[in-house]
Amino acid sequence: MINKIVDSVAAACTGIADGATILMGGFGGSGQPHELIDGLIAGSARDLTIVCNNAGNGETGIAALLKTGRVRKILCSFPRQADSHVFDGLYRSGKLELELVPQGNLAERIRAAGAGIGAFFTPTGFGTELAKGKETRMINGRQYVLEYPIHADVALVKAERADRWGNLVYRKAGRNFGPVMATAAKLTIAQVFDLVTLGELDPELVVTPGIYVKRVVRVDRQSERGRKAA
Amino acid sequence: MTATNIPKLNRAQIAARVARDIPEGAYVNLGIGIPTLVGDYLPKDRDILLHSENGILGMGPKPKAEDVDWDLINAGKEPVTLLAGGAFFHHADSFGMMRGGHLDICVLGAFQVSITGDLANWSTGEPDAIPAVGGAMDLAVGAKAVYIMMEHLTKKGESKLVEKCTYPLTAVGCVKRVYTDLAVIDITKTGPCVLEIVAGLPFEELQRLTGVTLIDGR
Repeated sequence: MINKIVDSVAAACTGIADGATILMGGFGGSGQPHELIDGLIAGSARDLTIVCNNAGNGETGIAALLKTGRVRKILCSFPRQADSHVFDGLYRSGKLELELVPQGNLAERIRAAGAGIGAFFTPTGFGTELAKGKETRMINGRQYVLEYPIHADVALVKAERADRWGNLVYRKAGRNFGPVMATAAKLTIAQVFDLVTLGELDPELVVTPGIYVKRVVRVDRQSERGRKAA
Repeated sequence: MTATNIPKLNRAQIAARVARDIPEGAYVNLGIGIPTLVGDYLPKDRDILLHSENGILGMGPKPKAEDVDWDLINAGKEPVTLLAGGAFFHHADSFGMMRGGHLDICVLGAFQVSITGDLANWSTGEPDAIPAVGGAMDLAVGAKAVYIMMEHLTKKGESKLVEKCTYPLTAVGCVKRVYTDLAVIDITKTGPCVLEIVAGLPFEELQRLTGVTLIDGR
């Protein structure tokens, strides 16, 4: 019997190795898998490379992970935020390597990894600093830049609801990177607020089919309300 | 005419001017910052669908305080609403929509626009700055028409419409039209072509302030 549901965040986060590359969903706080990131912090994995759109806000979530000093490198599109002081300090002191990636290239490089694409030509970034040193090609009169996939060891994803086969549905714009990240890692871990029995999710509306997901853990919605109030 | 008595539009007036040019049925992305203001001035009698890069089509106005939902935010991470008929999708789809040329118009801010339509709007290139690019490069290459909304001059009085951008580029040759506090200018193959000037400002004065050669297309 396939049952991907684990009973704690700690169990969900076991086996994340030193040196791992980890995809983390979220656009700002929306869709950010806070509980799984807390689980990663509670573990011991270090020398990590993380891939996420933003580089953390305030002192929680990704910012708290960065603060542990266990992240070596971050790939992201928009680290600068009004309250990104943890990232700002580490970056300025040279303690954190940054690969700045245009947001659509970030999403597509992750998608390419999950879809078995070797590399792709994109017009985004052509003629800019962010394409420096990259192979380019003129195709049908337009200039493109060659970009490679971002494969990961682990993906941490926040969804709304799951069943024991790992089928996921998301909530509103909290979906953002979740569905593409779920496809691109060897170990995809999803946190959800609701667990339902097989058949309860409308198969027409499943966003991430369970084949991509290895572990599912239910977290308490109350903790999210508390965080947002704070 | 001195810098202090040049007649100019305020940001809300520029936004309203941009909004007038957005046609019925358009799919539009409004960049973070000043371009977001355009949403407040879209003609109510037109069906215009706003796209938000984080995965929304049919984005509606700000919610009332009691209706704020932090899973329903715009690119600037401010709470928004969803119109009836709106849809959510993941990030790769959202940027595929941009890159694939499905958006009719995007409105972006700028530090500089060159006479050939190069855009610089993501970095001032200062060595100690925390970089951030987000979706700017994807939008600039992807939308069918890139409209820029910016002040005509820097605080020091230098023209932001330039021969060649000195700030790091966002994209090459992507800008179609520029809306400033002084004028509306199309970027054409023969050069920047002035469509409108703010009332009370002669073309010659606009030309003097701008620095690059303008075509009077009025």
